Amino acid sequence: MKIVVCIKQVPDTAEVRLDPKTGTLIRDGVPSIINHDDKAGLEAALQLREKVGGTVTVVCMGPPQADVALREALAMGADDAYLLSAREFGGSDTYATATIIAAGLKKIGFDLVITGRQAIDGDTAQVGPQIAEQLKIPQVSYAEELDVEGDHVIVKRQYEDQAHMLKVQMPCLVTALSELTEPRYMHVGGIVDAYNKDVTVWGFDDLKDSLNPEWIGLKGSPTNVFQSFGKQPKAAGTVLAGLSADEAVAAIMEKLIERHII
Amino acid sequence: MDFKLDKSHLLQQQLFRNFAETEIKPLAKEMDESEQYDLDLLAKMHKYGFFGIPYSKEYGGCGSDTLAYTLCMEEVSKVDASTGITISVHTSLCCSCINNFGTEEQKQKYLRPLIDGSKTGCFGLTETNAGSDVQGAQTVAVKDGDEWVLNGSKIFTTNSGFADTCVVFALTDRTVPAAKGLTAFIVDLKEMPGITVSENIERMGIRAASNCIVTYENVRVPADRVLGPVGKGFKIAMGALDCGRIGIAAQAVGIAQGALNEAIKYGKERKQFGKPINSFQNTQFKMAEMQTKIDAARLMTWRAAIAEDNHEAFGPLAAMAKLFASDVANEVTRFAVQAMGGYGYCREYPVERMMRDAKITEIYEGTSEVMKMVISGSMKLK
Repeated sequence: MKIVVCIKQVPDTAEVRLDPKTGTLIRDGVPSIINHDDKAGLEAALQLREKVGGTVTVVCMGPPQADVALREALAMGADDAYLLSAREFGGSDTYATATIIAAGLKKIGFDLVITGRQAIDGDTAQVGPQIAEQLKIPQVSYAEELDVEGDHVIVKRQYEDQAHMLKVQMPCLVTALSELTEPRYMHVGGIVDAYNKDVTVWGFDDLKDSLNPEWIGLKGSPTNVFQSFGKQPKAAGTVLAGLSADEAVAAIMEKLIERHII
Repeated sequence: MDFKLDKSHLLQQQLFRNFAETEIKPLAKEMDESEQYDLDLLAKMHKYGFFGIPYSKEYGGCGSDTLAYTLCMEEVSKVDASTGITISVHTSLCCSCINNFGTEEQKQKYLRPLIDGSKTGCFGLTETNAGSDVQGAQTVAVKDGDEWVLNGSKIFTTNSGFADTCVVFALTDRTVPAAKGLTAFIVDLKEMPGITVSENIERMGIRAASNCIVTYENVRVPADRVLGPVGKGFKIAMGALDCGRIGIAAQAVGIAQGALNEAIKYGKERKQFGKPINSFQNTQFKMAEMQTKIDAARLMTWRAAIAEDNHEAFGPLAAMAKLFASDVANEVTRFAVQAMGGYGYCREYPVERMMRDAKITEIYEGTSEVMKMVISGSMKLK
């Protein structure tokens, strides 16, 4: 089985701040990490390989310095790595990014594609599903459990209040939640090996057979970010269970009055 | 000359740092209080290759180098010096002897499990009457057919409470000085009849590390477990200690940096006279001084490590690194406790533990006085 895991290198948001004047991320001195959900997806892929055999390939679109994220993935145990990197790819929104990654995946070949649910820097959760649409393969997002049975994957898909067990024929794409599994550390010897291997770097010319230049980069992006701002964290909600209708009304009224809303 | 780590070393450093922060730091206080090393943590470090860093992949090691090993020692010792010595005794003392002096068969049989994550090693040289001066050694091995019969007792054997393999030194010829009559043996601590490991010796610092008296009573050791030539044990032991001193220097750098980091963090929050104490110039200057000394100690340690990796003479370089770094570790930890005042003295904060842990770096694997003997011996003073 050939599993391809898409990873993104992101700034460690635990240490990132917004410039109060421009509203943009201050990236200076902020360490870069593999996005959490993607790393969980990689771990799940490595576990599937241990169980059913096959190979795990990692793919990352990003600037040349994203190389270290791929080395980290190799040091965790991935078999090979591809960096999709070109000036033409710069400024891509989620749609254009998915177009480029899908072109890369077509060339690499796959049975199962795993992406993270969303990246901690953009939080869109769009790239994984868009890759699947571009590749015209089935997709299951928000995976909290993942297994393989023959040529099918079995996925537990998380919702807020329930979960679905889905059986999907490969080739398909799954987007992983961090809860899927706890990633392993790199192995010291794995790091040594990772730097003795080649990371394949593909630019625009390597993918041009399946890439329309009008669909990538800034001009191929239907969306543009015009402002970034910090969000106040949402407080945890309270669940009041087992109340009758009257008691529920009374409880809600009490809260509304307490907060001076009415 | 390039003072920058390359990409592979940077990524290894990142691994050691993340692992230390996530896995070791939360256990350090409890392990110190209970004087017990956490064996699940030990197993985890084995799993990720922490016990085979500078050794060849050919024998199951990581294929990295001594420089990377010092990065590991520094990062783990920043949060827990006991973890540092646990890795160091295994790597620098036990494994280096077998790696440097073992036959091909001995390497496959005894080195491989030690560096592929299966077994832990220790090193038995010091005796009650033989510390810096090996002449007082009393442990003996007498040839009996195809076996050697070992009798005696070794004190301060780090890791011996849980280790599987020990490189132990015994006199095989009592008619010559110990330096010529000592022989190294590879023994199985858990399997060979006649070996007794005492309870942990109660200590001031590195209390989580296992450190016991190992007694050998008519222990029969097959002749194929003699490491190196008979009578060359002293040379093997001294070579191992040269390697070990690089590890201890890195441990001292780690203790110092860990303590300074704690003091910096505290000084940002702690307010006196209406201002965070880090805003006072006296604090700032002291911190600048401490960081400068730590950096100097780190560079000396890296220099010794790189010399070893390049197969150059590194004994005096390792001794200088250890002499200086251990002194810095003691100075910086004392400063950290002072900078944090009453809270620094409390066990709620880690700096008092770091101050207790720092002291041993001036003592073991050769005291600071012995380091000066090694260094001056290389200076052609006479």
